[in-house]
Amino acid sequence: MTKNLKANVGTIIGCALILIWCLLPVAWIVSLSFKSQEAVTNGSPGFFPSSGGGAGWDNYTQVLKDDEFRHSIFNSIGISLIATLLSVIIATLAAYAIARLEFVGKRFVLTTALVIAMFPVVSLVGPLFDMWRTFNIYDTWPGLIIPYMSFTLPLAIWTLSAFFREIPWEMEQAAQVDGATSWQAFRKVIVPLAAPGVFTAAILTFFFAWNDFVFGISLTSTDAARPIPAALSFFVGADPFNRPASLLAAGAVVATVPIVVLVLFFQRKIVAGLTAGAVKG
Amino acid sequence: MATIEMKNIVKKYGDGFPAVNDVSIDVADGEFLILVGPSGCGKSTLLRMIVGLEDITSGDMLIGGERVNDLAPRDRNLSMVFQNYALYPHLTVYENIAFPLRLAKKSEKEIDEKVREASKTLDLDEHLERKPANLSGGQRQRVAMGRAIVREAKAFLFDEPLSNLDAKLRGQMRTEIARLQKKLGITTVYVTHDQTEAMTLGDRVAVMKRGVLQQLASPRELYEQPVNLFVAGFIGSPPMNFLPATVEGGKVTLPFGTFPLPADKAQATEGKGLLMAGIRPEHFEDVSVIEEGHVDTSRTFEAHIDVREWLGDQQYAYVPYEAEAKVQDQLKELAREADSDSLRTQLVVSLDAASKVKEDDDATLFIDTDKMHLFDPSTGENLTVGL
Repeated sequence: MTKNLKANVGTIIGCALILIWCLLPVAWIVSLSFKSQEAVTNGSPGFFPSSGGGAGWDNYTQVLKDDEFRHSIFNSIGISLIATLLSVIIATLAAYAIARLEFVGKRFVLTTALVIAMFPVVSLVGPLFDMWRTFNIYDTWPGLIIPYMSFTLPLAIWTLSAFFREIPWEMEQAAQVDGATSWQAFRKVIVPLAAPGVFTAAILTFFFAWNDFVFGISLTSTDAARPIPAALSFFVGADPFNRPASLLAAGAVVATVPIVVLVLFFQRKIVAGLTAGAVKG
Repeated sequence: MATIEMKNIVKKYGDGFPAVNDVSIDVADGEFLILVGPSGCGKSTLLRMIVGLEDITSGDMLIGGERVNDLAPRDRNLSMVFQNYALYPHLTVYENIAFPLRLAKKSEKEIDEKVREASKTLDLDEHLERKPANLSGGQRQRVAMGRAIVREAKAFLFDEPLSNLDAKLRGQMRTEIARLQKKLGITTVYVTHDQTEAMTLGDRVAVMKRGVLQQLASPRELYEQPVNLFVAGFIGSPPMNFLPATVEGGKVTLPFGTFPLPADKAQATEGKGLLMAGIRPEHFEDVSVIEEGHVDTSRTFEAHIDVREWLGDQQYAYVPYEAEAKVQDQLKELAREADSDSLRTQLVVSLDAASKVKEDDDATLFIDTDKMHLFDPSTGENLTVGL
């Protein structure tokens, strides 16, 4: 009994330490975003704004009023969602083929995918910059969606093909005997069963696209396609010589919200053991 | 409902090995046919060729008179119960059963009617809203059957449907399947390696070995008139005893002695050298439990009982004997083919429960040579079939 209690206390302390370690920077940014510009410049060491140093929601309204920032949010959401959607659809089909079909060059596809995933992002920026200008897709959504997809596809394919391999062949054969075409069997039986994998792949892809800075800053020049991480670095407020730390903090918080919402939403969908009960285990 | 005709069906895999070799079976409309054999005999492959999950290398598959070799599974209108049930885990029991109907684009009302009817037949009413993961093995089995019967399929195909259930449930489901098939009167092909299922369920049973059809007959005929050593050894539990034998002058000589043989059997086997005699355990009896005066003393012998198993309604006694190395090798080979192991050459005899034989003791046993079969040891063929 006491041993149990001790173990419990240990677990709680351990969890608390990890949470503090991980969440302190986030908490500090949130705290900064509620302080007024002057208070930050003058030095305001407390977690909570000192009296008179609080800005309330001012920083947020100011950030959201900013046209450039609003554009970049729109860009980020649009680009990330489209890249995720396309990447997941292509990865699902590719992974299904890899898991189910025997074809020449299967190994080659898988290893190539892995090699691409290992490729350093920065080394591609230069060539892409030149190419995109030739193709006239520099500073456009497709100009960002394409590299995001090519870097997230390998991981998505690997994740999904692992999921597909777990699904027993009989499921599909049963569906076919029940009168389904191959496509119906795939859509009505295989994809729902691989749903946890599909959502995992979607989250990973969305993360990559949302958090990317390198492509975002090098392949865009105006707010036609500039995503949030890049926009934040351009975010100078009214006075370019005096970086508005509290405004930046508010912008960072706004940029973080969608990803938190998304994770919380998808997390429920990632249910392990969804296939339990399909076949006698 | 339809007939299923298999004409010279061959299945060869990439390496050229014929998993199913020249099998021809006609299944009549409404018949319950069993495919039985040791593992790897090609019975499941044959079933999967009927349903369309395996390509047919050569031969013709006719369902309801129509050649289906090149039809996709969904166009053959058959329903199948898989060994591991293959239920859709993301769907409720109701939706699992409704799945084939939804694919056929039936109206909501018709779907509901049919699903409820199937669930009533299979006693699944209270589980309709549950997911397969929360069901017991027997319930899952019934859901799989519900999915099969809900559709007006031309035939049912079962691939070892009971092998995942425990012994008691297996017995219940066996009766349930038999009742359902009789009630619906649908042509059924049922694959199993369990000979109890084969004997109790089937109108006819097809015994296969290494892709070749050995015998296709009613269960009774298989048991009483096996055409070869393999069928004789595979059907029956405990299996038929095989003994080296020679027939001369109307008498058969076994390791235990020489006994008179019926004239027709003697005639068919006379002077053919060393043969393999097959005799079932129940064709022996302890002389002490047979009524005085009913014993044919020319057909009794002294035996040393090694082990005795009393089962209540009967008992088995084991009588070891010495055999030549050549005979032993053949017996081992036979046992291996039938998926069992024989560690020693011994006779298994089934005695009346009243018999008072003791272990490690001598007893006088009666042998019913009328029921004995004699096989050619080189070809395995039964020389006394029909006699």
